[in-house]
Amino acid sequence: MAYIELTYREALRRALREELKRDEDVYLLGEDIGVYGGAFGVTQGLLEEFGPKRIKDTPLSEAAIIGVAIGSALTGMRPVAEIMFMDFITIGMDQLVNQAAKIHYMYGGKAKVPMVLRTPAGSGTGAAAQHSQSLEALLCHIPGLKVVMPSTAYDALGLLKSSIRDNNPVMFIEHKLLYSQKARVPEEEYLIPLGKADVKREGKDITVVALSVMVPRVLEVAEKIVREGIQVEVVDPRTLVPFDLECIVESVKKTHRLLIVHEACRRGGFGAEILSRVEESDAFDFLDTPIRILAGKDVPIPYSPNLEKAAVPQLEDIERAIREMLA
Amino acid sequence: MSDLSDNTLLHMYRQMLTIRRFEEKVAEFLSKGMIHGTGHLYIGEEAVAVGACSAINPDDYITSTHRGHGHCIAKGADLKKMMAELLGKEAGYCLGKGGSMHIADVETGNLGANGVVGGSIGIACGAGVTIKMKNLKKVVVCFFGDGALNQGIFHESANLASVWKLPVIFLCENNQYAMSTSNKLSFNIDDLSKRADSYGIPGVTFDGNDVLLVYQQVKKAAQFAREGGGPTLLVAETYRWKGHSRSDAERYRTKEEVASWRKRCPITRFKRFLKENKVASDEEFARIEKEVERSIEEAVEFAQKSPFPPCSSLEKHVYAP
Repeated sequence: MAYIELTYREALRRALREELKRDEDVYLLGEDIGVYGGAFGVTQGLLEEFGPKRIKDTPLSEAAIIGVAIGSALTGMRPVAEIMFMDFITIGMDQLVNQAAKIHYMYGGKAKVPMVLRTPAGSGTGAAAQHSQSLEALLCHIPGLKVVMPSTAYDALGLLKSSIRDNNPVMFIEHKLLYSQKARVPEEEYLIPLGKADVKREGKDITVVALSVMVPRVLEVAEKIVREGIQVEVVDPRTLVPFDLECIVESVKKTHRLLIVHEACRRGGFGAEILSRVEESDAFDFLDTPIRILAGKDVPIPYSPNLEKAAVPQLEDIERAIREMLA
Repeated sequence: MSDLSDNTLLHMYRQMLTIRRFEEKVAEFLSKGMIHGTGHLYIGEEAVAVGACSAINPDDYITSTHRGHGHCIAKGADLKKMMAELLGKEAGYCLGKGGSMHIADVETGNLGANGVVGGSIGIACGAGVTIKMKNLKKVVVCFFGDGALNQGIFHESANLASVWKLPVIFLCENNQYAMSTSNKLSFNIDDLSKRADSYGIPGVTFDGNDVLLVYQQVKKAAQFAREGGGPTLLVAETYRWKGHSRSDAERYRTKEEVASWRKRCPITRFKRFLKENKVASDEEFARIEKEVERSIEEAVEFAQKSPFPPCSSLEKHVYAP
C-alpha cells in the first residue's frame, strides 16, 4: 500500500473533501470557513473546489449554526458544522443538548440527526480562559451525542469520515496543537469505526490512557524512559462515546497499572469515568496500585505562558506520575 | 375567499373544531390527573394553526412549540396516535417517549413540537437550507409564541434566514403572555412585526383569530418564499383562553380580559361567516360536530386500549443505527 505524509489539518481536509465528493448531501457551514479557510485553516481551498452552496460561511451565530445543522440533518442533509473554538459551543448549548442529542429518542426513533460538529479544543496557544477549554466531559454527559477526539492525522482522517457517515450528532473535537503534526496515511481511502480504541505503543509495565494532545506527550515520555527498561503501554480511546472499555481492561490486565492523562480539568472530568469503569470491571483484581488520574488543574486556563503550562499536564508531570506508580 | 372551495372551507372549520374538542378532552384528562405530565392548551388560537396549514402544501414543513397540539392536528396528524402519546402509551407518535411537548411526524412534514421556547426556530432554518440545496420548492412554517421573540435564537435565525433567503415563514402566535408575563412588560414596541425591518424582511401583524386572514397572509408569505424572496415575519394576534399549563392560578390577568377575548372566538366567527355565505346548512354543521366528537372518542378509546411501553424499550433509540 502506498503512503503519504499528511498533517492533522491536511488529513481533516482530505476527509472533508472525500466525503463532499462522495455524497451530495454533505455540506459544510461555519464562521469564516470559506475564503478565510477556517480559523485554523482546515477548510482552505474547499470553497474554490465545491462552491458557496456547499461551503457556507455563516453569520456570527453559533446557536443558529447548530440549529441549521440539526434542521437540515432532520430533512435529509449531512451537515458538517465548524464551531471556531470549543468554548463557543456553550453559546449553542440548547441546540446541542436539548435538541440535537434528544430528537431521535424523544421522537421515538422516527427521526434522525446525522450531523458532525467539528471544533478545536485545548490550551497552549496563549488564548487564555475563553479560547482554550477542553469541554469533552460536558458532551459525554449527554445521552444522544457521540464524542470523538483524535490525536493523530491518521485517526483524524478515518474517524472524521466515519463521523460524517454516522446517523447521529457527532462532536468531533480537534486540538489546536495537533494541526501541524504529521503522520503517514494510506493514499487510498480508509475508515476508522467509532468506538474502537487504539494501542499507540505496547508495553508491559503500566497502561497510560491518554486523550487528544496528551497522546503524543505520553508517547514522548514513553520513548524516553524505555531506555531505562520501563515499558509503557499507551492507549488512545479515540472516541469517548461510544467508549472501548474492553481494550483498556485487556491492557490493564496485562500491565496491572493504570494512569489516565487528560488536559481537561480533573473535577468531573472524563478520567473519573474511565477510572470508575475500570474499577467496576474484572481488571480491578489485576491492579497492583490504585488507578491514578493526571489531569488539568481545576482552574480557568490562564494567559501567562508559565501559568498556562502549569495548568495542564506537561512531559515532566507525566514522567513523574509514571515513575511514582512504578516505584 | 375566491380560491377556497366550500369543501376546503368546511374542512378548515372541521379542523378548528377538532382542535377545540381535542383540547377540551385533554383539559378534562389533566384535571382528572389522567395525564402523567403537563399540557399546554391551544384553545382560542385555533385559527392560526388551521389558517397557516391550509395555506401550504401537504409536503411543506412545519416546526411547532410546547403548545403544539393544534399545529399537529392542522398538519394532518392522527388523533389516535396523538392521544396515545399524551397518555404515555406505546401506540403514541413517539412510542410514549416524548409526550405532549415532543410530538413529531416527520413523514407529514411536522418536524416536531419543542419543549424549549424558541428551540425550533433554528431547526426551521435548517429545513429551509435542505429545501434550497435540494431545490425542493417547499416552504417551512415556523410556529412560535411571543415569548420566543425575545430569545437569542430568533434573532440569529431571522438574520441568517434573511441573508440566505431561506423559504421560512416565521409565524409568531402572539397570545399576549409569555407564561404570566404580559407583552407590555417584555416589549417596548406595540407592533411586534416591526422587528422584521431590522432583518430586512417583510413583517405583518394581523388578527390571528380570523382564519381566512391567517390563510391569506401565510399564502402570500409562502408564495414569496417559493419565488425565492426569502423569509417573512408574521405576527398573528390571538389569545390563550386557558392557563399556561396544568398549574396556573391566572393571577396575571382579569376575568374581564379573558371574557372579552372569548367573545372573539375564532370558531364562532368562522361559523358565522360560513353560515352567512351559505357554505353549509345547520344540519351539516350538526353532522360535522357529531363526527368530530366521534373522532375524539375513538382516539381516547384507542389510546386507553394501548399498553404502556415495555421497560425493555427504555434504552432503545438513544442512538440511530
